[in-house]
Amino acid sequence: MKTAVVVFPGSNCDQDAVKAAGAVSGGSAVTVWHKDSALPAGTDLVILPGGFSYGDYLRSGAMAANSAIMNAVIEFANKGGLVLGICNGFQILTESRLLPGALLQNDCQHFVCKPVTLRVERADLPFTLDYKKDEIVTIPIAHGEGRYYVDPEGLKVLEGEGRVAFRYCDACGNITAESNPNGALNNIAGIVNERGNVLGLMPHPERYSEDLLGGSDGAKFWTSVKKWLEGGRR
Amino acid sequence: MTYGIRLLVFLKEGVLDTQGKTVAASLKGMGYSCLKDLRVGKYIHLDVEASSEAEAVAQVEKMCDDLLVNDIIEEFKVETEAARA
Repeated sequence: MKTAVVVFPGSNCDQDAVKAAGAVSGGSAVTVWHKDSALPAGTDLVILPGGFSYGDYLRSGAMAANSAIMNAVIEFANKGGLVLGICNGFQILTESRLLPGALLQNDCQHFVCKPVTLRVERADLPFTLDYKKDEIVTIPIAHGEGRYYVDPEGLKVLEGEGRVAFRYCDACGNITAESNPNGALNNIAGIVNERGNVLGLMPHPERYSEDLLGGSDGAKFWTSVKKWLEGGRR
Repeated sequence: MTYGIRLLVFLKEGVLDTQGKTVAASLKGMGYSCLKDLRVGKYIHLDVEASSEAEAVAQVEKMCDDLLVNDIIEEFKVETEAARA
């Protein structure tokens, strides 16, 4: 499993992603600079990491979505390559229109940094094969702008096509207003594109990939991708 | 000619403007019961080299489309200033 983690000016979760997708899962992971125009040969997975690319100026992810490397990432995604956007990476995926909708300021109006419980809605994706459908996992969030928004028509399409991959839930898996940390529509924490190869989520699986760091519920992202690659591309 | 362009960007109606809501609540708390609505947006000033005002505005509208505005959540208004040589 060869992972390329894109580093934008202001990214700050890139090394965590390298560690999680590389050493922890037994694969190899390298960083790619945003000004590069190509991904390393043989890349299996591209991670757009968390952070504050370009200082979150203008809109979170807006400038990063227009950086040189994103042309290569979009081309890679269009060919079926696996792309995972975490937190700011999710914002970059929506700004680049690889995923629909937008991430707005949390309705509570402040930055929220805490572990949250999520319900796995899709366990058939390259990123989620090792999870079980409706499994409840704990993964931390750390964002000020994570309120997922899409127009009513777009929401109908997402829900109709089963493209919500993760939802914020309570400890028992119930989708409640209290367990929604940012006011996201339908408690959406992560979504996937139509083809299933581009996933964006606000929670940080790379931060919960080793028990030593507080939890390892995120590790299945990396084992899932590995399994998917070993089983042959669909 | 150089055209000064004032670009005003706001969240669309129906998209919750958390900042506007907070500021409005503060003003109401200060006694401004006359306040009916308040939205916080962005003001971007651009100086654009163009042969006509229409061309300057068209260029800015293209910039809005490419980067400055996200039409999923935002709307914008362009105002022009007098041209400078």
